[in-house]
Amino acid sequence: MSAQFAQYLLAGVTVGAIYALVALGFAIIYNASQVINFAQGEFVMIGGMATVSLANSGWPLPVAVAAAVVLAAAVGLALEKFAVEPARGASVVTLIIITIGASILLRGVATLVWGKNMHALKPFSGEAPIQIAGATLLPQSLWVLGVTLTVVLLLGWFFGRTLLGKALLATSHNRLAAQLAGINVRHVLLLSFGLSAALGAVAGILIAPITFTSWDVGVMLGLKGFAAAILGGMGSGPGAVVGGLALGIIEAMGAGYLSSAYKDAIAFVIILAVLFFMPSGLLGQRSADRV
Amino acid sequence: MARNLLLGALFAVVSILAQAQEPIRVGAFLAVTGPAASLGDPEKKTLDLYIEKLNAAGGVLGRKLQLVAYDSAGDAEKARTFVKRLIEQDKVDVIVGGTTTGETMAVVSLAEQAGVPFISLAGAVVIIEPVKKWVFKTPHTDRMACERIFLDMRDRKIERIALISGSGGFDKSMRGECLKVAPTFRVQVVADEAYGGGDTDMTAQLTKIKNSAGVQAVLNAGFGQGPAIVTKNYKQLGIALPLYQSHGVASKEFIKLAGEAAEGVRLPAAAVLSPEQLPAGDRQRAVSLSYKKEYEARYKQDISTFGGHAYDGLMIAVEAIKRARSTDKAKVRDAIESTKDFVGTGGVVNMSARDHMGLDLTYFRMFEVRKGNWVPVN
Repeated sequence: MSAQFAQYLLAGVTVGAIYALVALGFAIIYNASQVINFAQGEFVMIGGMATVSLANSGWPLPVAVAAAVVLAAAVGLALEKFAVEPARGASVVTLIIITIGASILLRGVATLVWGKNMHALKPFSGEAPIQIAGATLLPQSLWVLGVTLTVVLLLGWFFGRTLLGKALLATSHNRLAAQLAGINVRHVLLLSFGLSAALGAVAGILIAPITFTSWDVGVMLGLKGFAAAILGGMGSGPGAVVGGLALGIIEAMGAGYLSSAYKDAIAFVIILAVLFFMPSGLLGQRSADRV
Repeated sequence: MARNLLLGALFAVVSILAQAQEPIRVGAFLAVTGPAASLGDPEKKTLDLYIEKLNAAGGVLGRKLQLVAYDSAGDAEKARTFVKRLIEQDKVDVIVGGTTTGETMAVVSLAEQAGVPFISLAGAVVIIEPVKKWVFKTPHTDRMACERIFLDMRDRKIERIALISGSGGFDKSMRGECLKVAPTFRVQVVADEAYGGGDTDMTAQLTKIKNSAGVQAVLNAGFGQGPAIVTKNYKQLGIALPLYQSHGVASKEFIKLAGEAAEGVRLPAAAVLSPEQLPAGDRQRAVSLSYKKEYEARYKQDISTFGGHAYDGLMIAVEAIKRARSTDKAKVRDAIESTKDFVGTGGVVNMSARDHMGLDLTYFRMFEVRKGNWVPVN
């Protein structure tokens, strides 16, 4: 394995882990409501920006991080409560458009609260690069990978072992049946927004020291996370993780071995290709509609 | 009958008086938000501040100045819409604006057709070459940045370099200019990499450069967040070669973003980047220091060279209106073109029919980041 290849791989996996977190956020809301939440990128932005502004005003980093995640989750809950729930019964397309509107609103509010400049967050544990197989890795990348792994394991436990998680899964499989079994579907929907917002915020906080953060950082990260979710199969948890990592690695390899100017194009060509030839993605369930 | 005549005369007088009191309208379209916000925001603040100051001092030609500013968000399409509005609805007398090269070039034809003097604040040389009758600009060009950097490289005996550039209008233009003038300075470009506008990781491109044989220095053509990420990744990969940036990131903001990785980075910029360090006899010292004092007192924010471009643009327009003794667009245009020995934040401006910027390399200085500050080199 050449040093060059190792470097691309490390870069790809780091960015891919972030895409995976964003994609998981998409998947959770999609499962609970069939809605693709286009404000997902804004949760990422809120996480990063809130942490930066709190840390700069003297809060200790762990407290600032926790507060930012709570804030993002609160925004997610509010979005569901005040924008999505009142439109209950509307078509999925309407709900998706509501989330697009919410994303524009959130970006606008962010420019008012935090200004339009870019902000840098101090890395959690120094900037001295680590040498691995001739390539270099920032300590922050280890944080990204470690936290992503922990979050994925926690989510696995949550969905597989807890009653609440199982209620969420049941709702995604069959809403009506879940309701008949006594699951409060409205609470499940609320919970899914809060959970995805928190996930997005975690992604935004982890990546902020590497790439900076600003009021519009969510647009691109949101789209990439969406691409990752499509690639892995919309609604599939493992698919989101695989899709995110795959997208990150493909991008880094593409930038390294092909032309770096078309890095973003690569992601979107992948979306198109997947939608054309494999609409349910790598790990998504093949949907069979009764005719 | 007599009463009617009197009333008519009165109306005439009133309307003439109203005419005299009509404000001079300065139109602006700036990227106050969007990817170039770190440039557009200080530009807008500078225009606000100095129009207010000029008005407090009695205005120009006895008339008040009025700023009509729109936020183009760096979008060429929006810029065209706003400039149409500035010309047709707001009927501005002069336009100072255009944060980025892309938006400037998108509106050049509008200013030319309508015959409105237009002073751009963007960098690329295409804006003034070939010369366009109504279009001027204040910042040093990208070609001059290349030349200044190559001069510095010659002093450091650097002959083989790698180029890494963004995908914006300025980035691409500067890359082209550097490739064009490199042979004149006996500099050989041995690697040429690019990154996208929203890219968050440039280690792939820099790894390629690191593995190119014989590279002695790296030149990054770009503005916005890209160069800051390049600088961080550069440090991460442990590349020990000198790194040069363009004047597109000449602000404290860049050092804040890139952090420790910015140490040792060099770039060419106007003296206003660090006016305290100018020698006492320097012609730019007074204007740069006063701009810094005014701006920082008002906004509690570090100055950048970008706000300085807006200051120069506004002052050149105001001086021209004073010399033309009217806001007649053709006269103002001629007056701008005959700007001579104007000491601004960017340098000493001497315009002519063939040069609609009027700057040379004399006042384009080399800075290096030392201990988190811009320090002039030699």
